[in-house]
Amino acid sequence: MLDTFASGSDSQKPESAEPISTTSEWTFELIQEYDRAISELADEFGLDTYPNQIEVISSEQMMDAYSSVGMPVGYNHWSFGKQFISVENNYQRGLMGLAYEIVINSNPCIAYLMEENTMTMQALVIAHASYGHNSFFKGNYLFRSWTDAGSIIDYLIFAKNYISRCEERHGLGEVEAILDSCHALMNYGVDRYKRPYPISAIEEERQQKEREEYRQRQLNDLWRTIPKLGEGTEEAIEKRFPEEPQENILYFIEKNAPLLESWQRELVRIVRKLAQYFYPQRQTQVMNEGWATFWHYTLLSELYRRRRVTEGFMMEFLQSHTNVIYQPSFDSPYYNGINPYTLGFSIFSDLRRICENPTEEDRHWFPDIAGSNWRETLQFAMRDFKDESFILQFLSPKVIRDMKLFCISDNDQENEIVVSAIHDESGYRQLRENLAGQYNLGNREPNIQVYSVDTRGDRSLTLNHTQHRRRPLGKETPEVLRHLHRLWGFDIHLNSLNGDQVTASYHCPEQGRDRQEGEEESMLIPKPI
Amino acid sequence: MSYIIDRRLNGKKKSTVNRQRFLRRYKAHIKKAVGDAMNSRSIMDMDKGERISIPTRDISEPLFSHGDGGHVERILPGNKEFTAGDRIPRQNPKGGDGSGGGASDSGEGVDDFVFQISQEEFLDFMFEGLQLPNMIKQRLAGNESFQVVRAGISKEGTPGRLNVIRSLRAAHARRIALTSNKRKQIRELEKVLEIEEQKDTALRDQRKIEALKSEIIELRRRVGRVPFLDDFDLKYNLLIRQPKPRSRAVMFCLMDVSGSMNQATKDIAKRFFLLLYLFLQRSYEYTEVVFIRHHTSAKEVDEEEFFYSRETGGTIVSSALKLMRRIMRERYPDSEWNIYGAQASDGDNWNDDSSTCHRILIDDIMPHMQYYSYVEITPRDHQALWEEYESVRTLFPSHFAMEQIVDVQDIYPVFRQLFSQKVTARC
Repeated sequence: MLDTFASGSDSQKPESAEPISTTSEWTFELIQEYDRAISELADEFGLDTYPNQIEVISSEQMMDAYSSVGMPVGYNHWSFGKQFISVENNYQRGLMGLAYEIVINSNPCIAYLMEENTMTMQALVIAHASYGHNSFFKGNYLFRSWTDAGSIIDYLIFAKNYISRCEERHGLGEVEAILDSCHALMNYGVDRYKRPYPISAIEEERQQKEREEYRQRQLNDLWRTIPKLGEGTEEAIEKRFPEEPQENILYFIEKNAPLLESWQRELVRIVRKLAQYFYPQRQTQVMNEGWATFWHYTLLSELYRRRRVTEGFMMEFLQSHTNVIYQPSFDSPYYNGINPYTLGFSIFSDLRRICENPTEEDRHWFPDIAGSNWRETLQFAMRDFKDESFILQFLSPKVIRDMKLFCISDNDQENEIVVSAIHDESGYRQLRENLAGQYNLGNREPNIQVYSVDTRGDRSLTLNHTQHRRRPLGKETPEVLRHLHRLWGFDIHLNSLNGDQVTASYHCPEQGRDRQEGEEESMLIPKPI
Repeated sequence: MSYIIDRRLNGKKKSTVNRQRFLRRYKAHIKKAVGDAMNSRSIMDMDKGERISIPTRDISEPLFSHGDGGHVERILPGNKEFTAGDRIPRQNPKGGDGSGGGASDSGEGVDDFVFQISQEEFLDFMFEGLQLPNMIKQRLAGNESFQVVRAGISKEGTPGRLNVIRSLRAAHARRIALTSNKRKQIRELEKVLEIEEQKDTALRDQRKIEALKSEIIELRRRVGRVPFLDDFDLKYNLLIRQPKPRSRAVMFCLMDVSGSMNQATKDIAKRFFLLLYLFLQRSYEYTEVVFIRHHTSAKEVDEEEFFYSRETGGTIVSSALKLMRRIMRERYPDSEWNIYGAQASDGDNWNDDSSTCHRILIDDIMPHMQYYSYVEITPRDHQALWEEYESVRTLFPSHFAMEQIVDVQDIYPVFRQLFSQKVTARC
């Protein structure tokens, strides 16, 4: 069974080298040696990476890292504490194992190894994180253009310091309230189409003062109520503000909310910047994990082929690997959505197969790729796509068959759920499109945009929700509106539109609408500032 | 090239701040859970941590999301028997297996958020808002604890405590004092010398110049002989040991063990005593407990015997108070101790004894007490003892408290009441 690893890899000279280690104990010297071996291989395969910083930490530190989304520094907020408590509990009760690794998109790329792991696991993590993820961060276009790996750590430090200064000056509660509200809107703090400037800490600090003044000036213009001289009724051609609907709600608030203090605007900005930083990760989950999994598999198999690792090592590795890419079927009690590791790994592996051993079907489906150089093709696939387009482009019929994918169509206007496509000749294309759609953040999250502000009247803010296939908004919507209300300071209206028709309206404060169940006042009602 | 760094020795508790923020935010929930726990706990593990559970709904962070409904296409893995065009009847309550499932219309199916708080945190919450009457005496307690404090500068000491600045300053002052006279002379001589030298060559007195010059040199030499640093310039930091006031308290537990007190009543009493003990322990560095049990006669006993051995007989409460008075006089002078009393009884007493109790309390015990609390554990009506004690309360309203406990559930509320009362009274 182990021999299968040798198949398909390039015809390298078979070396009869000594295994790097034979026991499962790890030492720093061994980690160094494995890293060197893996790094040499990665070079041969043409992986371009940031320099690596590998940190050995204990499980408690891993839990710390977990709760701060892996960031080595982060500002303080109760929600991270909640995260920490639940991780700690689950871990202590044995409900979950900690992830083997956390890796941070920074330059140098920081990866954490847990001291409890065996040598095999450490090697797996090095291959997976320090070479797989790392090269993805450096190569993928989203990361390249939307984040600045070199300055993220500095920015986090800036944010942490700024927020703790605010806490000293304005009190914990005030700061927490603003952060809560920003977190609720974090997913709407992203420019989806415009490319933002990468964040840089030095720049931030230099500009921060300037920004404060500028913002205040701009606001004053917008909210000016003193009539201009000579202004007649002919001026009454109402201009809508904003002229175009705005998708980046947090940005809109930062720039236009009438009542926020400048430090509060800065907090909004910090959350917005972080949301922007994490945005590429949310868009490339399948690709990113698939890429890293593909490479740990390929690199370690190659090590084995060259006899640098023992069979015992390989067995242990394979066991973890199969756990990682295990996909329970939809009717299993363990089913929890499609496993991004499995999907990504299958697509990348199959891509390599298509390049190396194309079948008739592959030539038909992928005429450009079949038979091409697999390394270049994979690099291309990794660099220039995100999950949605990646699946649309590279999900092959074989992977669909292997995973036995099928599509159900659930229409609330019909009594029955229809199986609209399965893994057969007529279904491939539809499955592929639907699966890609499932990874389109625009479909996954409700499309809500700032529509208008009543600048002359009660300063209320109106948002429009454009429905995707008549899907309504979830139950938490009124809660989120309360947070938005806290930031904006005046009335909020949200219209849910199906085509041109308003099917539901939400208001904050509520306008004589019957309260729905489960919506009673919780203790977290944001109060307007 | 990779850098491999060992971070295992770095701080582990990075998330502590965030955890505390979380606890701060959900104080109300946790307090309620702690209150519930107080009543359900067994006696011995009063001071352990506690599992707290908070409804998930209360701590969720809301986000815009899709609700149920509309037209949804889902891709699922692991097809077994379906073919395209199959129709599946809708299973009503499930509404399909999308993500989460928290939004299902059954609503209440979501688990609570459960976590553990430590003993320290538990006690913090338990005694939160309670306050000892602000009467803590801090007295010298023998010579048990000392604090080393700075006490200025001394001429003697060990080299390690040398105060360099003060030493050099002293040396400088000494040099100025010892040489000022001579330097003044030098200046005067130099002036004369200068005048002499500016005279016309013919008028110059060469011998006088020579004499002046040699005198100046001699004086300079003597100035130079003053040492830069002398023994008596050296100054040392002086540290002395100061006896440190230690706050300490003694708690008298008085319990009726007559036949009328059954095991359940004693359990209640014990919980009450335990709460008080934990509470005192947090306020004082050192706490002692004296157990006195009584029926017709009183006896000082150890904890084991106090709670678990049974005796029968009538009840004379004053015997316990007399014993308490004696022990206070012998071992716990109120100049050195904060004295607390806690008495539990079912209210039975020889009728004519209650007035004796009243007298002893007022004359000999209450004047020395920080706080005296009496709990009557009975579902029945009050008897003479209660009435006598009520009159004690009117005399010492801020030092004496009494409450009635009917069953286990009352202990914690009563305890809170006894000690929060004082806070409001003072406000």
